[in-house]
Amino acid sequence: MHVVNRRKPAVTPGLMLCLCMLGGLYCSVSWCSQSPEEKGYQIAARSDRSDRGFSDSVVELDMVLRNSAGRQSARTLRIKTLEVENEHLGDKSLVIFDHPKDIKGAALLSHAKILEPDDQWLFLPALKRVKRISSSNKSGPFVGSEFAFEDFTASELNKYTYKWLGEQPCGELTCDVVERYPRYKNSGYTRQISWLDQRVYQIRRLDFYDRKDTLLKTLEFDDYREYAGGIWRAHRFSMRNHQTEKSTDLIYSDYRFKTGLTDNDFVKGMLKRVK
Amino acid sequence: MDKFNRLIDSLAVAWTKQVIRLRWLSVFCSLLVTGFIFSFTADLDFATNYRVFFSGQNPDLVSFEEFQKTYTKNDNFLFVIQAKDKTGFDGRLSEIAERITAEAWKIPYAIRVDSVPNFQHTWANGDDLTVEDLISNGRQLAPAILAEKIQIALSEPLLSNFLISKNAATTGINVILQYPEKDLAEVPAAAAYARQIVSGIERDYPDIRIALSGTSMMNNAFAEAAIKDMATLMPLMYLVLLLVALLSLRSAGATLATLVVIILSTMVAIGCAGMMGILLTPVSLMAPTIVLTLAIADSIHILISMRELMRSGIEKDQALIEAVRINFLAVSITSITTIVGFLALNFSDSPPFNHLGNMTAAGIAAAWLLSLCMLPALISLLPMRVKTAGGPHEHNVFSTLADFVIARPVKVLWVSGSLAAGLSILAFTNQLNDVWTKYFDESIQFRADTDFAIQHLGAFYPIEFSIPAGRPGGISDPQYLQKLEEFSAWMRQHPSVKHVYSLTDIFKRLNKNMHGDDQSYYRLPEDAQLSMQYLLLYELSLPYGLDLNDRINIDKSASRMTATLGDVDTIQTRRFMTEAQNWLTENTPQYMWAKPTGPTQMFSYIAKRNIESMLRGNAVAVTLIAIILMLSLRSIHLGLVSVIPNAIPVLVTFGIWSLSVGMIGMAAATVTATSLGIVVDDTVHLLTKYLRGRREKGLSTPQAIRFALNTVGKAITINTIILAAGFSILAMSSFKINQESGMLTAMAVAAALLLDFLLLPALLLVFDKKPPQQTLSQEAIHARC
Repeated sequence: MHVVNRRKPAVTPGLMLCLCMLGGLYCSVSWCSQSPEEKGYQIAARSDRSDRGFSDSVVELDMVLRNSAGRQSARTLRIKTLEVENEHLGDKSLVIFDHPKDIKGAALLSHAKILEPDDQWLFLPALKRVKRISSSNKSGPFVGSEFAFEDFTASELNKYTYKWLGEQPCGELTCDVVERYPRYKNSGYTRQISWLDQRVYQIRRLDFYDRKDTLLKTLEFDDYREYAGGIWRAHRFSMRNHQTEKSTDLIYSDYRFKTGLTDNDFVKGMLKRVK
Repeated sequence: MDKFNRLIDSLAVAWTKQVIRLRWLSVFCSLLVTGFIFSFTADLDFATNYRVFFSGQNPDLVSFEEFQKTYTKNDNFLFVIQAKDKTGFDGRLSEIAERITAEAWKIPYAIRVDSVPNFQHTWANGDDLTVEDLISNGRQLAPAILAEKIQIALSEPLLSNFLISKNAATTGINVILQYPEKDLAEVPAAAAYARQIVSGIERDYPDIRIALSGTSMMNNAFAEAAIKDMATLMPLMYLVLLLVALLSLRSAGATLATLVVIILSTMVAIGCAGMMGILLTPVSLMAPTIVLTLAIADSIHILISMRELMRSGIEKDQALIEAVRINFLAVSITSITTIVGFLALNFSDSPPFNHLGNMTAAGIAAAWLLSLCMLPALISLLPMRVKTAGGPHEHNVFSTLADFVIARPVKVLWVSGSLAAGLSILAFTNQLNDVWTKYFDESIQFRADTDFAIQHLGAFYPIEFSIPAGRPGGISDPQYLQKLEEFSAWMRQHPSVKHVYSLTDIFKRLNKNMHGDDQSYYRLPEDAQLSMQYLLLYELSLPYGLDLNDRINIDKSASRMTATLGDVDTIQTRRFMTEAQNWLTENTPQYMWAKPTGPTQMFSYIAKRNIESMLRGNAVAVTLIAIILMLSLRSIHLGLVSVIPNAIPVLVTFGIWSLSVGMIGMAAATVTATSLGIVVDDTVHLLTKYLRGRREKGLSTPQAIRFALNTVGKAITINTIILAAGFSILAMSSFKINQESGMLTAMAVAAALLLDFLLLPALLLVFDKKPPQQTLSQEAIHARC
């Protein structure tokens, strides 16, 4: 993937006008008259829609953490996700920890929300209790990794406002570069820049900018596989923290879709029975 | 006159004649070469990181770098605020702390901000675990509620005495930065932003005292101290040297020529720094001042001789040639010994001292070459008139001095010898002290702010431990946590320790929270899995930047413990670290035996490491200087004798230091070699003249002593005054290493002069009793000089 080292979008209005004029072949008239904000939202929405109808999924993943001294450590978890079709509500997810053994059996239930903090419950097997986590700001590292919880769970369309910055080649594909700004309070980020390919509309790369608006992390999405119904999933997420030189890879096994999960599998009461 | 001296003399005469003949060319070439070397200064920059004081091989730095790779970098800013009327932590102080917290996130390279308001307070509400900022909008809170929150802060081990003082009147905001270390402008940029925050607070809250400290401010202070020194010390130095030159040479032309030579020499010294591509520090910037001081000696020696010759009626050019002839050997030897002394600094473990050594050596070499190539040319171009006077004045102070020693050599030897020996023994009783905040004097803002922080907040100097747990995931083992808890309890009762950051405090708090905030559960969880699951829960609920990744390594096989010391010196710090290590060895399994690390630890041993690394350097310098003396004096006997008056002044100086100050920093390691190279000059001048008397004029030992003191006594006295003045000016630096180096060297040169006037003649009278080679009458002697 082409790596771009750029803090500010280098696309000037003049350049954009040129792009629009030259790009007449594959850029319909209606798009050119759009504002960059509208266009950014449309591209993000197109990507979001490409994921519609997956209904539910189950996947296992290995998380490999590396620090700048070169040491590494692994965690294994499973994620069950239930699609919630209403765009103004978030998906439901269940994260089950399998390794290391000290946290084996712990399970995190999350009801994503759009602008409010997500509802989250954690089952602690050693305590045999479910605890609701009441925190307005959960952008911290997930189990010591470079990922925040919000970074690798499904991103909700309406959590952000958007702005289209331009096009760039990304690997063999061409990507739309869309900047997005969190609408929810207490985000750890001022903005993110996403690269969405123009062929299957999947996100290929995401740059995170911290509170002082400097590049904090880059997440690259690789090994996309297509599942039935045109659902695409990346199977390798590589997150690199540019400031601390630490990194985390997520390696996903094959997804299973439409496994018959229902709302009842995503309620607090089920957590103790999760296996 | 023997062959060697004749050869040197004829060489000097021929050379000087050529220089005078081609004087315009000589001046032009000297300017050209100096200008070329000076052009490299364009690449020079100031160091903005205290790590420049540690070589890449320094084991303390190596283990600290490893520590930082495992957790996070440790550079910080510490903002400290207090109401000027010292009212407690009220709504307004909270408002300011909240504002600084918010603004500090935007400091370039900041990765973490910790304060009382943003402390992640955890509490239980049924089966809910609430994690939230301890205080938000403190100004709007009812006083009773705010007071309750302050009480929580005061009883929270992670905050109390660290970010809030015991009386709640002072609070701190600590900012951790992660510099990419790719650009020297990083630290100044961050410091400028932090200062902008400070001035904003000062503007909006005039009744608040705000201080800004931390290692990042120290890094920034190096350049500030260096620039301040350059701005204040250099002009003073020039003024003093101008006065000295005018008074001793009594000629505007000669003074001008001298100034040109020494200015060009310092330009070479700085140019050399540019050629080596080093980063400037206050230490290496001593070089220009030292070069000025030392470079002037060469010119003064030649020009005083010339003046004396012209007084006796010799014509200008002839006097100049003769002055160069009689000083050529001495000037060369003294330059070479000084160069050797400074080059010995390359043995130091601290790179700024390597730089200082090389820059000064280059400057001295330039002064030597310029006083032989350029000075005669300039003098012959410039007007210089001296009134001819009658014969030499026989009965001056130096004759009296000579007579005094000649009358009672054994007594003088005994008295001065035993005094010197006594003080030399005391030299080894100095205590090593390098408190890094005290490298700067109170005129530097960083020092004043740091003193304020230490005085009012309490804890300041962090000592870090990365304590291994024996296996991945081991940090939740109950035995491990129990040992950690005991260790932190032991440290908390230690008189030097003001604050301890221990993971066990978080576990205890979470255990309490998980049991409905029942105070009886404020203890360590008994089960490893439970601890780990608490940690999982806690980690899931922390906001961006306030996580535990800087406290626990990634495979959870080690955790970090930080003891922060109060107002301590390096001796107390070293004692604490030794005791802490002993405690771990005696009370914990072997895998937990962590070594202390961090900047405070590194600076605590910097003097010791430098002394160790300089031992070899000093040995090499002493040996080389003794060999140079033996060769140039062509007497093994005298070469060895001369080691005594040269080595003793340094020891005597340390002895006096031990009696008066008692604490010494890393300057101690390096002053030995450099001052040896400097003080040897007086001996060289005295001994070459003494030998000239013995060999050329066939004088007896007492006669030769009288001759030597009469000929060079004045010059070396003036020289010593110049050196003492120059190094005393260095002692006025705002940087402690420079202060100590300056004071110690000034004392050493003064002691050397006394010893050269008393101990050296006495030694010669006692040990150099060979009869003169030939005898000349008193009149003939006077005619020759």
